[in-house]
Amino acid sequence: MTSMFDSVREDGVAPNSAESIVGKSPRELAWARMSRDKVSLFALGVIITYLLVAALAPVICAVLGISPYALDGNALNDYGLPKGAFGGISTEHWLGVEPGTGRDIFARLIYGARASLLVGILATILTTAIGLVIGVVAGYKRGWVDSIIGRFMDVTLAFPSFLLIIALTRPFTQRLESLGVPEGNPARMTYIILVLATFGWVYVARVVRGQTLSLREREFVEAAKASGATSRHIVFKQLLPNLWAPVIVIVSLSLPGYVATESTLSFLGLGLMQPAASWGVMLGDSVRYYRADPTYLFIPGIALVVLVMAFNIVGDAVRDALDPKADRQNLL
Amino acid sequence: MSNDIALQAIDLVKHFSTGSSGVLGRATNIVQAVDGVSFTLPRGKTLGIVGESGCGKSTLARLVTRLIEPSSGSVVLDGVDITNLSGKALREMRRKLQIIFQDPYSSLNPRHSIGQIIGDPMRIQGIVTRPNEKAEVQDLMQRVGLNPEHYNRYPHEFSGGQRQRIGIARALSLQPSVIVADEPVSALDVSIQAQILNLLENLQKDLGLSYVFIAHDLSVVRHIADQVAVMYLGKIVEVGAAVTVYSNPAHPYTKALLSAVPVANPSMRGLGRRIRLVGDVPSPIDPPSGCRFRTRCWKATDLCAAVEPPLQADGAGRVVACHFPEETPVTIGQSPV
Ligand SMILES: Nc1ncnc2c1ncn2[C@@H]1O[C@H](COP(=O)(O)OP(=O)(O)OP(=O)(O)O)[C@@H](O)[C@H]1O
Ligand code: SF4
Ligand SMILES: [Mg+2]
Repeated sequence: MTSMFDSVREDGVAPNSAESIVGKSPRELAWARMSRDKVSLFALGVIITYLLVAALAPVICAVLGISPYALDGNALNDYGLPKGAFGGISTEHWLGVEPGTGRDIFARLIYGARASLLVGILATILTTAIGLVIGVVAGYKRGWVDSIIGRFMDVTLAFPSFLLIIALTRPFTQRLESLGVPEGNPARMTYIILVLATFGWVYVARVVRGQTLSLREREFVEAAKASGATSRHIVFKQLLPNLWAPVIVIVSLSLPGYVATESTLSFLGLGLMQPAASWGVMLGDSVRYYRADPTYLFIPGIALVVLVMAFNIVGDAVRDALDPKADRQNLL
Repeated sequence: MSNDIALQAIDLVKHFSTGSSGVLGRATNIVQAVDGVSFTLPRGKTLGIVGESGCGKSTLARLVTRLIEPSSGSVVLDGVDITNLSGKALREMRRKLQIIFQDPYSSLNPRHSIGQIIGDPMRIQGIVTRPNEKAEVQDLMQRVGLNPEHYNRYPHEFSGGQRQRIGIARALSLQPSVIVADEPVSALDVSIQAQILNLLENLQKDLGLSYVFIAHDLSVVRHIADQVAVMYLGKIVEVGAAVTVYSNPAHPYTKALLSAVPVANPSMRGLGRRIRLVGDVPSPIDPPSGCRFRTRCWKATDLCAAVEPPLQADGAGRVVACHFPEETPVTIGQSPV
């Protein structure tokens, strides 16, 4: 837009101009890039809405006078199916009611978001933290540390993780309960998060290790060393900022992936249990009625698909925005 | 210890072992990257170190700046042996001894703004307070010819020459007394090389800096060096005052390097025969016996293969490692510098 930046002179002296160049801070620049892209802003809005609705689910339900657990026999016909079209959608029940019980689907959906997102977010935080630390250490230290970590990663990857999850559900949740984790769904949720983290960190660590190996050879790392920087400074201040882009992409893919895994496990009866609501519990319940009441199946399904897509779009956008090579001129 | 010696290298050796040292204990190769290098840098002066690619210049630069540990030998900075410093003492030493790198691209962190890059050393050493930091960095930017307004910009927005200025500002930020510059202009266009060399010279005058200036050909150091050391395969083969080395080279290798340098003064042309070096530099894993230059030397004899020539003063006041140093030419009365 301004031609001033086309002529960066070799001597580095700014061309004379009454208008002075105002430097933008890195964060302002990243935000400016991000906000140019309307689609990713919309996707970001979707994610924020999901998070807010999940966090405020009890408040929303109280205001609307609905509950995820209250049975409503009046909304069902003699066969136990919702009265009215599209799974009983009405002004009273915005997304219809559950066949068999008459529980409000909207209330169950937003309560379900709580459980599903909580599992996804906690599992992502755990995997990313573990994977980052292990990956950077392996790449930066190299040598025998790297060899041992490498073997460990191979073994983890070779594990038949899904079978293990299924086989260990009962003994592990019982063990967790005996350790003082509240019985039932809290214990099952903790189990799912721990299992996801146990197998998920490897994917983060592999990418981070590879990037670290090539980064550590760059001369800017030596420059930091020559100024007296500690290994800590080099890892956190020099290497990590160069690792955000790949990590953000992994996070944006793995978070919805973990939400989906929770759904799968609950669907299979290995995750959360009725009467608690999660998207997986709802999906598992809805397939029993998919002929008579297809709307019920679509609602949690669409909620899940929209979330996955929103995360993918935002992940790409954030990675691009963090790239300092992105074009500065169009922003000024 | 004499106060007018800024930096001293004493018999530095660096051998890298390469090849996989797997569980089966395979034989490893030893790369003799630097093999017994000594030099003395007087305060406020510039020592040029010249040699072909792979002769160990960068390794030497990293040794004297304590970025890598020597296999043996020692480094003395301001009369203090810094070879075995660690912890706090090592950190404090680093303020006095900084390095400028060869590659203007990989030497700047692409995710850090210029302000951050130049200010980092001060922050690491804890010698600047937050409110002063920006002003100090902008002073430095001005000093090296960068526009202080570009404080928040990123390295990729600058040309190679400007990037080298950023690297120079970073090296200056700790107010060092000695700077090791590892081929600071090799990656730049010739026209820009002169600008950077001028900048370095002016900074030396203003700040009283001492330089170890590394280059791969003699023409680059000609203008800036007071003393020149010529390296070949990890060893110094000739060292002396720049005027002497340029006008009166003693080692055949120096002479060959000089004959490849275009002569500025037309009256000098045609005086020296042009020497074309044949063959490649031998591998530092298995260097030739005796004189390491003998595989490419036109004067080599059996003596050269059997006995390694020591680096010593010859009759004409030159310090050279050769059994048969070049004659002192009588035809050239004036210095070509
Ligand atoms: N970390 C290392 N491990 C093994 N060998 C190394 C290592 N660093 C350097 N070498 C070897 O040591 C020798 C000298 O390398 P060095 O980088 O010091 O040369 P140089 O004179 O700086 O060359 P250039 O002009 O290309 O920069 C080379 O043969 C190189 O392959
Ligand atoms: S010692 Fe022999 S081989 Fe080596 S430079 Fe001198 S003459 Fe040539
Ligand atoms: Mg080099």
